[in-house]
Amino acid sequence: MIVFTPRNKISKNWIFLAPILSIFLTVILGGFIFTFLGYNPGETLYHIFISPFTRIDRISDVFVKACPLIIIGTGLIFCFKANVWNIGAEGQFIIGALLAGSFGLLFPEMDTKFLLMIMLFIGFLGGALWAFIPAILKTKLNVNEILVSLMLVYVAMLLIDFVVRGPLRDPMSFGFPLTKAYPEGALINKIPIPGIGFLGQLHYGVMSIFILVPIAWVIINKTLLGFQIKVLGSAPKATSFAGFKEKRITIIVLLLSGGLAGIAGVIEVSANMGQLQPEISFGYGFTAIIVVFLGRLNPIGIILAGIIIATVKLGADNAQMAIGIPKVVTGLFEGILLFFLLTGETLQKYQIAWKKYGS
Amino acid sequence: MKKILILISIIIVGVLAYLFNENKTVTKVSSDISTSTKVGFVYLTTPGDHGWTYAHELGKQQVENHFGKKVITTVVENVPEGPDAIRVIRELAQQGNEIIFTTSFGYMEPTLKVAKEFPNVKFEHMTGYKRTPNLATGNIRFYEGRYVQGVVAGLMTKTNKIGYIGAYPISEVIMGINAFAQGLKSVNDKASISVVWANTWYDPVKEADAAKVHIAEGADILAQHTDSPAVLQIAEKNKIFGFGQSTDMSAFAPKAQLFASVNNWGPYYIEKIEALRNGQWNTGEAPDHWTGNKWGGFSTEMLQLSEFKNMPDEVVKKAEEVMNEIKSGKLKIFAGPLIDNNGKEILPAGKVMDDGGLWGMNYYLQGVDGKIPG
Repeated sequence: MIVFTPRNKISKNWIFLAPILSIFLTVILGGFIFTFLGYNPGETLYHIFISPFTRIDRISDVFVKACPLIIIGTGLIFCFKANVWNIGAEGQFIIGALLAGSFGLLFPEMDTKFLLMIMLFIGFLGGALWAFIPAILKTKLNVNEILVSLMLVYVAMLLIDFVVRGPLRDPMSFGFPLTKAYPEGALINKIPIPGIGFLGQLHYGVMSIFILVPIAWVIINKTLLGFQIKVLGSAPKATSFAGFKEKRITIIVLLLSGGLAGIAGVIEVSANMGQLQPEISFGYGFTAIIVVFLGRLNPIGIILAGIIIATVKLGADNAQMAIGIPKVVTGLFEGILLFFLLTGETLQKYQIAWKKYGS
Repeated sequence: MKKILILISIIIVGVLAYLFNENKTVTKVSSDISTSTKVGFVYLTTPGDHGWTYAHELGKQQVENHFGKKVITTVVENVPEGPDAIRVIRELAQQGNEIIFTTSFGYMEPTLKVAKEFPNVKFEHMTGYKRTPNLATGNIRFYEGRYVQGVVAGLMTKTNKIGYIGAYPISEVIMGINAFAQGLKSVNDKASISVVWANTWYDPVKEADAAKVHIAEGADILAQHTDSPAVLQIAEKNKIFGFGQSTDMSAFAPKAQLFASVNNWGPYYIEKIEALRNGQWNTGEAPDHWTGNKWGGFSTEMLQLSEFKNMPDEVVKKAEEVMNEIKSGKLKIFAGPLIDNNGKEILPAGKVMDDGGLWGMNYYLQGVDGKIPG
């Protein structure tokens, strides 16, 4: 049996070296795979890792892609720090966007510059509402939140599918499942750069990362709530000894993470789609879970992690365009990268030993 | 410890430098690039789906065989129908592709957005309806094949129950069901179609489940408007018959597939690329209007039928005859009188439904059981 025992001292050097070594090993192993399949390894790796940074508009697109991951991830930090396992951010993302979008579409007379503000608020409430279901079930009936939050993802997917094909379908869409376009006030515009025009898809919503992430950092590190969350996560029994209300904290972290996922949904749809369609999230809620662990439950860390994931995704597209390498191969590479990064992190914290059963 | 760290760092830098150094030699430009046309394709899934995207891949190969070195093709597969599509299409435009084919309905808005940004690049969006001066649309008259399927099903069924598996209740799918019903009715007025909605374009498990439901209810012919070979595989197992979708699927169900409607995008791609090279490229008629769409069926070879198998010779003969009549225009699939399955007259006798009418279909014609959800 393999036994993981926590290390007494975590080496400062390895905190920086482990990720570098992980990426190095990924490059070596990935390079072998690419060579074996007949692709030039240097070229492939160049397209995956470097090409997304070779033009300023590509860099902007990395941020656009990372934006929903980082916002959702920021919310998930609260949950995971408190050992509350919200796996359903994908559903909270969808419900936030769905409720906010429905509001914008049903009340076009609200079309003012405040409409977006209202929608962001509704998005937060919607996401929080969806997370409130596992929260209340967990605290009142002790139902496992992993299962409930995960299953609610599928409910959310079917709900938006129903709304877009039924009640909110654009009558002019020849039966195709699309809503009308959002009113002007519900859209998030692209950022015009003087002299250049637009940089890829770069939109004002990306700015929200730089507001939400610092707020999250302050809450976690400088407030009583943050302290309570950390205590609940690392020593649940101490929570009650200290007089903290465990159930209240559980509900708060779920509402916060659901709400942020909802906001991410509103931003994503208002900035990039401008209407509701059957599919609005492409696994962001699930990918964000990886981002959070890659970022070591640290708000600043998840910005970096979000950028790494976004880079590899964009790089995979670029690699296919440039040298025709299929997505399955680059997907494999992505998996190897995550494997080594997460292994590196685990080995930093734990020693591995082999023990016989019973000993 | 320090020494080890330094050593590791040096090795890493060295290996990285070596790997990335090779990169310099790769961007060799072929000498005849000035005369070749760069063509981009965006795929929803991978050609390994053996259905929708595979058919596009075969079309792309026809382009390569036809033009040889005169075209340079670039493909991006597995592109989700959201912001990623915008980015990928823009990137293709930026890399100098002169004409870009986006091969799924969900790319409509993304293609539209990028088309506005690149007025000098031509865009071809498949199965959509929005057009601009540099964005054209293309589609296949899939329903023509489904009429022939209906004829064959009507002659082959013993239980007079046809199980139809639809993806989503949208005009395109309903049009296909109605065409099937017209074909069925023309040879067998006792048979009827029941429809199960899979609510997916591609999900072998759900499609197989839908097929099992039909079989349990006594259907002995399955028709599908979803993309995977799963339905046919279930038919094969249960020793009944079905029709392949998008590509010839007989490899998956050698004894069950009667024939497949084969999407043949090649001629359309070649025509549009040829037009672009001659400076003749255009979008047809006015935007936002179906009749200006490049919408080809049997007559343009954009829709073909695979070999007729597993059926008696007289059925083969009848099927070929019907196909040729549709091809020559002698047989109009949606000619009046058309009556929906509630008995309401849709089109009086002597009239033929126009393309706009086809895209407005939100009713079942006679011969289909049940009603459309939603």
